Amino acid sequence: MSNRLLVATRKGLFTLDRDNSNLWSISKTDFAGDNVSMVLTDARDNRTYAALDHGHFGVKLHRRQGTGAWEECAAPAYPPQPEGQTDTDAMGRTIAWNTVKLWALEPGGADQPGLLWCGTLPGGLFRSRDNGTSWELIRPLWDTPKRKEWMGGGYDVPGIHSICVDPRDSRVVRAAVSVGGIWTTRDGGETWSCNYEGMRAAYMPPEKMYDPNSQDAHRLVQCAGAPDALWVQHHNGIFHSTDGGSRWRECKDVKPSDFGFAVAVHPRNAKTAWFVPAIKDEHRIPVGGKFVVTRTRDGGETFETLSRGLPQQHAYDLVYRHCLEVDGTGEQLAVGSTTGSLWVSPDQGDSWTAISYHLPPIHCVRFVA
Amino acid sequence: MARVVFTPNLQRHVACPATDAPGRTVREVLDAVFAGNPQARGYVLDDQAALRRHMAIFVDGAPLRDRARLSDTVTDDSQIYVMQALSGG
Repeated sequence: MSNRLLVATRKGLFTLDRDNSNLWSISKTDFAGDNVSMVLTDARDNRTYAALDHGHFGVKLHRRQGTGAWEECAAPAYPPQPEGQTDTDAMGRTIAWNTVKLWALEPGGADQPGLLWCGTLPGGLFRSRDNGTSWELIRPLWDTPKRKEWMGGGYDVPGIHSICVDPRDSRVVRAAVSVGGIWTTRDGGETWSCNYEGMRAAYMPPEKMYDPNSQDAHRLVQCAGAPDALWVQHHNGIFHSTDGGSRWRECKDVKPSDFGFAVAVHPRNAKTAWFVPAIKDEHRIPVGGKFVVTRTRDGGETFETLSRGLPQQHAYDLVYRHCLEVDGTGEQLAVGSTTGSLWVSPDQGDSWTAISYHLPPIHCVRFVA
Repeated sequence: MARVVFTPNLQRHVACPATDAPGRTVREVLDAVFAGNPQARGYVLDDQAALRRHMAIFVDGAPLRDRARLSDTVTDDSQIYVMQALSGG
């Protein structure tokens, strides 16, 4: 199992290590006081990237090799907006061509050293071919007329929060947008489509309810060992696909709730996935003040409620999109919450240990291989 | 030449000493400053080269009027202060 966990928070980046007694503790703090929106360690070259949101001064990206010193590299930036052109979302609200947030950061395939994908608010997907030294906006996706039908979900503007590079073919990339559905390229980004069946948007009028481009997938994950298996924690439910995302099936009767933001899938057993439920829509707190993780082992037919070691009264922790992670063994899990609680499980969620209840609000947890 | 002074809070991220630079507008002056300090540019200006939403510029004590184009005129004796706006928290 992984012995290292990176935790990106509203007030810094924390490195946690597991000792021989299986106890986790913070071994290093970076960017103390700064807002770290995303972190990634690229297993291909052992580089770590930290996305910072400095508020007044904008979003930045830093990187380091191994345990070396951090250095600022380029952050994805939008090209000059054409003179006189007004960009709007589905509600007619203006979208400025400015990077608001670095929301997703993923490595390219094993055959693409140095290649990174970055999803941003207000909806642009970027690619770097040089470890973040430079970035290019993926214009075919940005320029698709369908983007005018996207809208903000949780934020004022749309954003790409999930990027899945198919381990069988690095040219196949799926990007999920809140709110703008799931977009797929099969040629490395030259052409994109948003075409699938079965996903339902309860917040849209009947004519748009099954429109792929109107779906609010809160988080999309792909099983590394069975890449045709995809899971989505959606705004109004949990959806599962076994055919690469062409058809989706909604999981029914998920207790205590099918609302949430995060999902993790076992790296080899595609039928096993984890979720962190909350009350929808506006409340967004654990049902009954009991913080639990739900798990399916049968492809979403049934769900177990996992609570051993988790607070079962007056818990108001919410777990955002990038704050539920399973390691490469499929055994170890980590969960981080908006109220700064961090738990790990060594046994697929059967039991949990609290590492801290007083970290800053957590934006992302990542095991380091 | 106009004198450009940056908020001390920016110095933690990128060194921005007070700099004298030529130009007839705020844009021209800042372009001259950032030509010698390109990393600082993205901390003050957004992707469209407008003043960042939560930044403020004062020219001889008056707030910048044209936040998009930075066309406010300056003189050789102007003092340009690049500050954080309180709107940012």
